This record gives sequence, structure tokens and C-alpha cells, in this order.
Amino acid sequence: MTSAWRMIVGAFGLVALAIGFLSIVFLTAPAAPGPDLARSKNSAKGLYSVAIAPEATEPKQGELHAWVVTVKTRQGAPVEGAAIAIGGGMPEHAHGLPTSPEATAYLGDGRYRIEGMKFSMTGWWQLKLGITARAGADEATFNLVL
Amino acid sequence: MARSLLTKLIATAVIAVVAGCSDTDFTDAEKRTIASMSLAALAPLPSDPTNRFADDPGAAALGATLFFDTGMSRDGNVACGTCHKIDRQFQDDLPRGIGVGETNRRTMPLAGVARDPFFFWDGRRDSLWSQAMVPLENVLEHAGTRTAYAHYLKRRFGERYERIFRPLPDLSVLPASAGPYGTPTEMAAWAAMTDAQRDGVDRIFSDIGKAIAAFERSLVHGKTRFDRFAEPLAQGRTPAADDELSAEERQGLRLFIGKANCSTCHTGPRFTDNHFHNTGVPQVAGLPPDRGRIAVVGEVLADPFNCLGKFRDGGEEACGELRFMQKSSPELVRAYKTPSLRNVAGRPPYMHAGQFASLEQVVEHYASAPKSVEGETEIHPVALSEREKAALVAFLKTLSD
Repeated sequence: MTSAWRMIVGAFGLVALAIGFLSIVFLTAPAAPGPDLARSKNSAKGLYSVAIAPEATEPKQGELHAWVVTVKTRQGAPVEGAAIAIGGGMPEHAHGLPTSPEATAYLGDGRYRIEGMKFSMTGWWQLKLGITARAGADEATFNLVL
Repeated sequence: MARSLLTKLIATAVIAVVAGCSDTDFTDAEKRTIASMSLAALAPLPSDPTNRFADDPGAAALGATLFFDTGMSRDGNVACGTCHKIDRQFQDDLPRGIGVGETNRRTMPLAGVARDPFFFWDGRRDSLWSQAMVPLENVLEHAGTRTAYAHYLKRRFGERYERIFRPLPDLSVLPASAGPYGTPTEMAAWAAMTDAQRDGVDRIFSDIGKAIAAFERSLVHGKTRFDRFAEPLAQGRTPAADDELSAEERQGLRLFIGKANCSTCHTGPRFTDNHFHNTGVPQVAGLPPDRGRIAVVGEVLADPFNCLGKFRDGGEEACGELRFMQKSSPELVRAYKTPSLRNVAGRPPYMHAGQFASLEQVVEHYASAPKSVEGETEIHPVALSEREKAALVAFLKTLSD
């Protein structure tokens, strides 16, 4: 065997070893944990059970659209007369929502219409709902990825 | 023999590695982003229910006439087309537009303008038709007055106007030149008119805006080199050899949608998120302080011609952008509109007051991300090599025909 052939075999061996090592690293690496995308959850202090849903279709980038927020007590009774403050933004870009959405109507059964939502960029958005009703003030944060 | 085989093997391996690492293959996620920026992804132009003449060909034709008519100014020398030059992407290549005097802002190109939710660099108007009225009365632009425009319209285009819009009121008793802006005499004459007279003139004035807006709706973007590359890519085909981007342009494209974070704001087929951002663009020495979006929030809300005012056609449901606009966030300080980047290479200088003379300077600014003179910049520094900066500029040039 000439030295050149030995070098070739050696080189292939090294490449194979490197590929094997990299595959183990990639295959066993934990997937990056994404934000929690649940659309219903308990508020931070546990006063309310809160659910959100787009009023029509899933939101598209750059389009004004409405959401319906459903507020219930932990026992499942609809919460009426809640004041809902809307905030949020893009945590990765350190900016808020591009619009000032408002709760514009009570639809009954603990449901409130939020108008004026807009996601001006794709990516990870947070929607923070400040809810004040008879049981007290609490907050719920939802993650949305566009 | 063995040695030459070895050389060939190594050469093949090197080529394979280089090809893999360079811009030969975009990932599926990158391809989706590229497809979303192709002109083919642009939705049809939405209707404008606030302007019931928006898609009226007669109104658009009258609007075109008015757009290029220098009679629509105090001194008879300034038309919309003076700064929005038809053969120059409807802009004027100057750092700041010059009408009757020099303004504080760069003239914006007009292709696709009808898709904006807010107008001007700072969004001080909320419709294309209410935008078109502002320069007509600005003392540095057309510098005319409302009654002067009404008289002129009746004299020159009265019959056309009445055929499209409505019967003209009796203007013979009105001052030749009066309006809420202009000289003290003109303002006093405006104040001395009756409510009904002012209302009649305002109606004509808003119709002028609606006619010009109808014309401007016809100004659209054309396909560019980038689109000829992106469209087949979006459909899973290989672009024809003539439509391929060079290795440098592809590297620039990958940076644009990746590490350089350009497409965070310059997104979609128009390369804009239609929003306002503080990106630390410097103040121009000698100009009055310019606070951007925050300074005009009150102005657009108080504008009698805004969407919630009585000159809107159609229902109030069209006014969501105004009703729910951001009104007080600190992010509005020195925030300016994200401009479209289509055909950007053909229209230096750049930024809202022509601060940068070249695309190289623009890329340098965004890479270094200097502090804002007021408020906080949203831009973070990005380490880009000289080759990467050049690649970004090369990519931006593919956004032209």
C-alpha cells in the first residue's frame, strides 16, 4: 500500500468519525424550548381562567383583526363587567404592540371582543391581558408565533 | 496516478464543502421568506371605502390632470409632479423636496402608496386622499389656499368635476384666496366666511384629494430581478440561468433575511411593515428638531379630514387604523415609516431627510447602530465583514428592474 492510499483511507476514516460525532451531537441535543402557545390558561394569581381566540380567521401579518377573550372564574362561571387592559409586544425586539387594542364589546357568557390587534412582523408576540373584575385584578400573558 | 486521484478527491471534497456553506441552497424556511417577499405574493389592492371615487376612472383621470398641473399652486410653478417626478419613481433625487421653498423631508416615491395605512414619513395623515391635500396648503410646497383651489377648479375643470363628483356651490361671493393656513389676511378672510361656505369649500378640497388619490392608486411596483429569481424559487422550480442571482447577491439575500435582521421591518412583497421605528437616524444639522411620529399623533387625530371626520365616504368600520393607532408609546419618539426597498438603488439619498448619500452608508449605519439623538433606537449592532456589507448592497440592487 502506497503512502498516498494510506492517507486516503485515513482521511475517510477521520471524516466518518467526524460525521458520526456530529450526528450524535445533533440528534441528542434538546430542541430549543419554544414559548408556551396555549390559548387558555389561568391568570397569574389564579383568579380567572382566560381563553383567547381570533374572532374570524387566524391573524395575518400587518392586518387589523379582532380577538375574543373569554374570562371565567376558576369554577367556570362567566365573569361579567370585567375591565380588560391590553398590552404586549415582541420580547425579542423589546418593543410593544404596534397598535392600541381595546376591549370594545361584551358579547355575553364571559366573552369580550378585543379590536385593533395587529402583528406588524412575523415572529414571537406576547399578548398581556390585565383583567379587573369583582374577584380582583390579575394578568394573563399569551404567546403567539406568526 | 494515486497522487492525482488524491488531489481530485480533495478538490471534490473542498468544492462540496464550499458549495454547501455558500449560498447555493436556501433552507426551506429561507425559501418561504423569499417567496413572501416576491411581488407575486402581493395581495390585490384593497378597495378604499372612505373614498367612493377611488376606483372611478373619471376621478383618476381628473386626479392625474391635477397631479401634473402647476396651476395647483400659489405661484403657478409647483405641481405634485414637481417633486414626485414621473420618470424618477415619483421622487426627486434631492435630500429634501423643494416646492415653493425647501421642505424638511425627503420626497417619497409613490409606487404602491395606496397600500399604506398612514402617510408621510411620520404618518400625519390616515388616508391617501387626506394626504394629497396637505402639500397643496403647505407654505413650502404648493403654498395655495382652499378657496383659491376651489375657484381654480371651477374655472378650469368645473364641468369635469360636476360630472364626477357633485354640483359646485356658488363660489362668486367667496374671497379669491382664503384658508386656515397662509397669510394672516387669508386666514382672517377664511374665518369671516360662514360655516356653510367653509363647508362647501372643504368638500371641494376633499374631492380634489380623492381625485388625486384615485390616480395614485394606479401607481404600482414592477417586477424586478429579485422577483424573477424568487418567483420560480417559491414554486419549487429552478430560476432560469438569466434570472439567477450571483453568489454575492445570494449571500446578501441570506444576510437580509437572516443575520442582518433587515427583513424584521422590511418585510413582505413591499419590503415594509407599514409601521414607524426609531432606528437612530441622525438629525440634519440646521433643521429644526424633528421628533417623528410622536409629534404628529395629535395632528392626525384632530385632522378634520381624517377617517372619523365627516368627509369620509362609507362607514366608520373602515377607521380601525386611526381608532386603534398607538398614541403615546415612547417608541414613537423619532420613529419614521419603514420605507419600501423596491427600486431603492435608483433613488439616493436615503432616510427621511436624505441623511445618507449611498446604500453603503445606510448598511454601515444599521451595522453600527448608533444611539438615537432622542428616544431609543430599536437597532442593535451587527458584526458584518466588509464582504458581507458589500453583499447586502449587491442584494439591494436586485430590487430594481
